[in-house]
Amino acid sequence: MSEQGAPTSTVSNVADLPEEVRLARAIDGFVAEFGPKTTAWLDSCIRCGLCAEACHFHKVDPDPKYVPINKIVPFEKAWKRHVGPVGLVRRMLGLAPRVTFEELREWEELIYDSCTMCGRCTLVCPMGIDIAELVHEARHGLFEAGLVPSRLKELDEKAHRLGSPFGTAEEMRAQVERVVREYGIDIPLDRDRADVLVTVTPTELEEKHEVLAAMARIFNHLGWDWTLRSDAFEAHNFGYLSGDMETQGKLTTRLIDTAREIGAKMLVIPECGHAWQAARWETWRWYDEPLDLEIRHVVEVLGMAVEEGRLRFEPLGKSATFHDPCQQIRRGGLDRWPRVIMEALGLEVREMTPSHETAYCCGGGGGVVAILRARELRDKVFEMKAAQFEETGADLFLTSCDTCQLTFRRGAADTGWDRQVDTLLQIMARQLVSDQPPLERQAAG
Amino acid sequence: MSLIELIEGPLWTFSATLFVIFVFWRLISILDLRRRGASPKPQGSRLAGALRALLVRFVPRPPFTRSGRVWFTTVAGYAFHLGLFVLLLAAVPHVEFIERRIAALPWEPISRTGFVIAAEISFLGLIMLYTRRFVDPLVRRINRPDDHVASLLTFIVMLTGCMALGRQSAFLRGLHMGFVELWLIYFPFSSLMHTFTWPISRLVTGWEAGRRAVRW
Repeated sequence: MSEQGAPTSTVSNVADLPEEVRLARAIDGFVAEFGPKTTAWLDSCIRCGLCAEACHFHKVDPDPKYVPINKIVPFEKAWKRHVGPVGLVRRMLGLAPRVTFEELREWEELIYDSCTMCGRCTLVCPMGIDIAELVHEARHGLFEAGLVPSRLKELDEKAHRLGSPFGTAEEMRAQVERVVREYGIDIPLDRDRADVLVTVTPTELEEKHEVLAAMARIFNHLGWDWTLRSDAFEAHNFGYLSGDMETQGKLTTRLIDTAREIGAKMLVIPECGHAWQAARWETWRWYDEPLDLEIRHVVEVLGMAVEEGRLRFEPLGKSATFHDPCQQIRRGGLDRWPRVIMEALGLEVREMTPSHETAYCCGGGGGVVAILRARELRDKVFEMKAAQFEETGADLFLTSCDTCQLTFRRGAADTGWDRQVDTLLQIMARQLVSDQPPLERQAAG
Repeated sequence: MSLIELIEGPLWTFSATLFVIFVFWRLISILDLRRRGASPKPQGSRLAGALRALLVRFVPRPPFTRSGRVWFTTVAGYAFHLGLFVLLLAAVPHVEFIERRIAALPWEPISRTGFVIAAEISFLGLIMLYTRRFVDPLVRRINRPDDHVASLLTFIVMLTGCMALGRQSAFLRGLHMGFVELWLIYFPFSSLMHTFTWPISRLVTGWEAGRRAVRW
């Protein structure tokens, strides 16, 4: 994923429509998300402003516009006007002003650039309002109005068209074959039947070949009956990030349906946060019945294999700290597994303050890493995270999310920070004790 | 029919009826439990998550306990609400009113001293919270007109209630009743609904947290 594009953009065809039509589309998008949960949350907000105490963007820039609840104001206004008979009474009493297109345009920055949907604000809210979920719902309306940052929209459109921002099935196959040649490792591709369908991120296909090779090495070592599929390989879900529900559904159902078609019992999500969120916790939107399919995160399955004694590593004998990816830990329920793996790697774990479910976000989740104009704000968050890492005095800075790693790498490049951020899989692959051949890049690769 | 009779009779019935109907309507729309599609397979106990969220949010959680804003809002919030509940449910005129119009109460009304202490605590909390709406730039930014109307109406209801405490003046009693009726009519359409929705909000969020085996 690379940063490019104009500071502000609109969805190509929608952007040509009259503003009143775009506004109506936004309202329809908002209304589609209204439900009992939205009502319970929005009815409970008393504007105490405590959500600001949790937000990493507000911490690094105290501008009041970054108060989390402020980010959903147009969504809330639409809810007040359009939610059932009470909305009608509110309209009659003049208690529900209209949302304007100018407001939506102004809020694009707040909904996309300055919220990673990390959910830290949910922890501090005395009412228990899940603002991260409200922002996710609000993005749907802005997407429908064509008010999406250009790069995010570009990636979403490519994912919609090709199934992945990475490229076509042919390009994916070519890249996997390249990794096979580079590392001399067996990667089962496009098998008709397999117990496990493994998915990847675009970065793993583009540049992090050692992670793809590492996954293959570990899965082969575990003796899994697994496959990658060129028609369903993409774990990233840019529909989820941009508020494009159609694309989110398309990408999600492609993975689930392919897994079922090949008779897989398990779908494995790679080292990515929002991919986990979209696949594990949002899939229900597109299915009427519970799924007969386990959806597991790679860190989770590998952590389990460690506990079962099926994975062993050469101890590193170093200290390390772990950045908790929000969508995996705070909002994903995977808290224990990274620590299980780090212990098995012989690492002395030095926790950052704060850590686990109260850890600060990397600043690039929720698609923010792809938004060029968010760079300055994002880098301020990076500096805060880098300082937290330095305070631990740890040798290694680890995480288990592709986007977090990318955000840290970009932050390090922007600010001249000279430390490296690795993912757990990268370290695991290097340290794995196995009868499988160790990972070595071939000269011909 | 005199104005005071109108306020204490038909207007009271009208505002109380409107209050009950719309509050119920709002709560029923929130508690609409019809299933919508499939649910993700739970990773933890949803009920335990819901109960946890309901209970732990009564006090600030670490690491937010280091925030002055959190403590200010928490202490002022408790002062206002606890004082208000005592006034609402145990002040002599309220106990008499409830027993006359609705049902007998199993407790004795508080003394005049108790009333004064509860009123002072409640006013102090409300004034602290309301002042913050103007003083803190952060809260100033997110305030809605509704927040001001709700706070002011509540303040006026409390103030007129204190003025009418001696019951020496039918006018003051009528004034208090009139503002209470206005408050009741405004209630279901405003942020005052948080009185009923906060536990639902916590339970809904906690239910989801429990499903994911996380501690929100």
